[in-house]
Amino acid sequence: MPKLTIDGIEVEVAPGTSVLQACEQLGIEVPRFCYHERLSVPANCRMCLVEVERSPKPVASCAMPAGEGMVVKTNTDTVHKARKGVMEFLLINHPLDCPICDQGGECDLQDQAVSYGYDRGRYEENKRAVTDKYMGPLIRTYMTRCIQCTRCIRFVDEIAGVPALGGLARGEHLEITPALEAGVNSELSGNLVDVCPVGALTSKPYAYNARPWELRKTESIDVMDAVGSNIRVDARGGEVLRVLPRLHEDVNEEWISDKTRYAIDGLKRQRLDRPYVRGADGKLKPATWAEAFAAIKTRLANVPGNKIAGITGDLVDVESVVALKDLLTGLGSANMDCRQDGAQFDTSNRAGYIFNSGIAGIENADVVLLIGTNPRWEAPLVNARIRKTYLTGKLKKVAVVGQNFDLTYPTQFLGNSGSVLSALADGSHPFVETLKAAKNPLIILGAGALRRGDGLAVQAAARAIAETVGAVREDWNGFNVLHLAAGRVGALDAGFLPGPGGRDLAGILAGAQSGEIEAVYLLGADEIDGAKLGKAFVIYQGHHGDRGAHRADVILPGAAYTEKNATYVNTEGRVQHARFATFPLGEAREDWKILRALSGELGQALGYDTLGQLRQRMAQANPVFATLDRLVPAVWGPFGQAGTVADAHFASPIENFYMTDPISRASQTMAQCTEAFLKPALPAAAAE
Amino acid sequence: MLRDEDRIFTNLYGFESPFLDGAKTRGDWSGTKEILDLGRDKIIELVKESGLRGRGGAGFSTGMKWSFMPKTSNGPVYLVVNADEGEPGTCKDREIMRHDPHKLIEGCLIAGFAIGATATYIYIRGEFYYEAANVQRAIDEAYASGLIGKNACGSGYDHDVYLHLGAGAYICGEETALIESIEGKKGQPRNKPPFPAMAGLYSRPTTVNNVESIAVVPTILRRGASWFAGLGRPKNSGTKLFCISGHVNQPATVEEEMGIPLKELIEKHCGGVRGGWDNLLAIIPGGSSVPLLPKEICDTVLMDFDSLREVRSGLGTAAVIVMDKSTDIVRAIARLSKFYMHESCGQCTPCREGTGWMWRVMERLVKGNARVEEIDMLLDVTKQVEGHTICALGDAAAWPIQGLMRHFRPEVERRILEYRTHAERGVRVAAE
Repeated sequence: MPKLTIDGIEVEVAPGTSVLQACEQLGIEVPRFCYHERLSVPANCRMCLVEVERSPKPVASCAMPAGEGMVVKTNTDTVHKARKGVMEFLLINHPLDCPICDQGGECDLQDQAVSYGYDRGRYEENKRAVTDKYMGPLIRTYMTRCIQCTRCIRFVDEIAGVPALGGLARGEHLEITPALEAGVNSELSGNLVDVCPVGALTSKPYAYNARPWELRKTESIDVMDAVGSNIRVDARGGEVLRVLPRLHEDVNEEWISDKTRYAIDGLKRQRLDRPYVRGADGKLKPATWAEAFAAIKTRLANVPGNKIAGITGDLVDVESVVALKDLLTGLGSANMDCRQDGAQFDTSNRAGYIFNSGIAGIENADVVLLIGTNPRWEAPLVNARIRKTYLTGKLKKVAVVGQNFDLTYPTQFLGNSGSVLSALADGSHPFVETLKAAKNPLIILGAGALRRGDGLAVQAAARAIAETVGAVREDWNGFNVLHLAAGRVGALDAGFLPGPGGRDLAGILAGAQSGEIEAVYLLGADEIDGAKLGKAFVIYQGHHGDRGAHRADVILPGAAYTEKNATYVNTEGRVQHARFATFPLGEAREDWKILRALSGELGQALGYDTLGQLRQRMAQANPVFATLDRLVPAVWGPFGQAGTVADAHFASPIENFYMTDPISRASQTMAQCTEAFLKPALPAAAAE
Repeated sequence: MLRDEDRIFTNLYGFESPFLDGAKTRGDWSGTKEILDLGRDKIIELVKESGLRGRGGAGFSTGMKWSFMPKTSNGPVYLVVNADEGEPGTCKDREIMRHDPHKLIEGCLIAGFAIGATATYIYIRGEFYYEAANVQRAIDEAYASGLIGKNACGSGYDHDVYLHLGAGAYICGEETALIESIEGKKGQPRNKPPFPAMAGLYSRPTTVNNVESIAVVPTILRRGASWFAGLGRPKNSGTKLFCISGHVNQPATVEEEMGIPLKELIEKHCGGVRGGWDNLLAIIPGGSSVPLLPKEICDTVLMDFDSLREVRSGLGTAAVIVMDKSTDIVRAIARLSKFYMHESCGQCTPCREGTGWMWRVMERLVKGNARVEEIDMLLDVTKQVEGHTICALGDAAAWPIQGLMRHFRPEVERRILEYRTHAERGVRVAAE
């Protein structure tokens, strides 16, 4: 533990701490541009120079390890002069276009120029101009503004794992450029906009939209995948203009995926802003709430409870799930399922369906086994965490059962058929030895692997592997299920599953076709083939005119995740609250309120009138909902149902990373990304 | 003046064969095994005693540098020889590699042994094609004769020598940029710490030495540290290759004793300054990066590290650039500024932005198209670059300008006034 003195204050820091970090611990501000705490340290901006006794020159504090007995001064004439000098150099070739720059108001260069720069310029020569580069549909470049801090290069190299950027030429001609101008093909590329300290890389969809001080900022939770990234929703008026990451060390650190950041223009398109009722001519007609409710009441009258069913979708919040469950139970139905993808797995034990180790727990793993999952697309931040652990050298090996994707770190491909999984489960596969030798083996079971009909057996096989290799101990639980849908774990925790004698998804669909199910309530369920619902009366409640609404007989317009105070449980089982940022569109309402109103209409009034009461009811249904932002370790117990794992190949459940839910399907930006990054890979439709 | 028998580089001019047959007649590879038998510590001690200071420019004690290497290591350790020789005006390592490559190879073996290295990488600039061919031939000969490689010279010590051609960037002569370049990366200097002795080439302990520093080591050890220390002045001992170019009658690279008076060096070896000593304007004594010296100082100054430091210049690589009174001194320095702008790697801010700025102002000063206050502003800019950069290229870009202003400021001011007078006259002519 080196002890050093900074500006006369003695401080003891952990070994390996840099002088800059030591200054931060004391609350002494040291300006910087190139230094980013999650990236490597190039010390090239020279803004963080400080004076160190017995050193003839000022020292870059970001790269200087704190040493025993060091005497650091951050507030001397030399330091001020050095900072002013560096600031002046950065500004001589930086355009004076702050009034038209999107970074204006949240620009490191602007802020630090005010705090540390000269109040006038001495440079009279011509300024440098740099050609802009193409970095894909998400990032707008204005390279003349670049201060060559290389944060972007280091981000794509280290975090994203896609070496797409580099510095070309040298001296004052040094330019940051993407290889072959092909765009930055990474699921995390949007973070470049955040790491860029100036306006060189800005958000293309957000370009010239707003100034940061005009925005209303709401701290919320993302629903584009099951990671539950912490986000900040910036809105102006009724419009969500951008989404930025919020720091959460255990979930998303300070990154978010491109879908999280850029799918928000989907919130403006294809929206359901008023109720609709299908008329006698088979066409959906706008209706009032009263008419819509009346239509439901009329149709459901005399329908026995066991002929009614409910299915929830991927983006549903726990509040509306609990409300729908209570409503269906009141109506006498036990036919409900939250697994609209048809996945089958044992839900009796929570440990059997959550990401037990936690996302941050990946950093303790030394061998990872991926089963039927492509974390790069299913949960980019989980993948980034695996890559991070790999880069530290702690993670020795990642093995894959399933499709062999480029996951940005080296993997060992064990095969993609079910028999490989069986061999691993019965211990006959040689890789079992590697897992056994590992200190903290980690198994990630993709939700896609549970969808193939033999889900119960797959789950049991994964469980068997976890138990034989010692992945489940008192101090370590390496059995993880990686879900795809933000609403899934919450709905599972709420028990939105077939009750006694109730039908699951397959049963509901079979019943709908045979006529045994007369009415289906789709709560945001958009992944179900409408034809499979037969002649059933379909009520769709949701926010987008997607597949579910297309088939519906009555449409009840709900609120998207930015428009309600809602509870989501991420794949780790972490309960988090999304917050209301803008009003639901038109006549749309918060989802639980719609259900509450409908329940009164149907004579089954739910026993809660406020969000507070509803949340009490949720906590009563499952105490886990009362634990906010905490990982409640699930108790390991028996689950799964040993069986034969079919030999079929594990297929990726996601064909297009950019379009996985009603919001991203409605997003133009995501369509552009598909066009730019995936079109060459996808089979051409025109060839058919 | 250095006696002939004290010369180390006896084939500097290539009158004899540069290869093994010739080298052996010059005494190379004789008793190498006995030298290695002295052991690591003893060799380092002897090199320290000899007072050998790094010949690449900074003048750091070579023995001291070697002693920073870890005594034990569980993995490879490298010696890297800097044969990039990019400093304008310098042409000494080139002569060694052309005409006496075996001195270098033998030095690699001994120095490598002293620091516990497993291999040597010689990083030679790509333009030195002929030199590279000679060095490679010397390496091949040495391997074939069992002088290097497995059980080098029968000492039981294994040492490989590799030659790596650079692409001719000035910055790749900076030791950490050179290491990056060998690793196949863009030549950009690294931050220190960690110093190469801790984590250098491939993150392994590494010593980077200049060609000349390595090539003199075998002779020092053969003839004794006290012999070397007895030449020159205290703390500036030994012999040194001086490369004299510019306005002299016979430009030459010559081995001389350290501390020889600059005037004597030029008069004795180069036939004097063109048009006589009195025609001298200024001399850059140690390669383009050190501040120039006006004639008054050149009259008496001694050529060694400390004497030149006393007159606020430096020995650098001992590349003496002589400029007589026909020289446009401002333009000469402006050309150097352009060189540094061109060769800046662009990594860190002060150098990337400052070198271009300095050059542009210098270009205006050549014509006098500036205000007198801009001289002070330019000096302030040089101060903002100096000492604030990752490597020493920033300092090297700043010093020539500082030297110019220190000694020739009246000339610069004269031009500014003259330009203004002309401009005013020009306006009058146009108005007629």
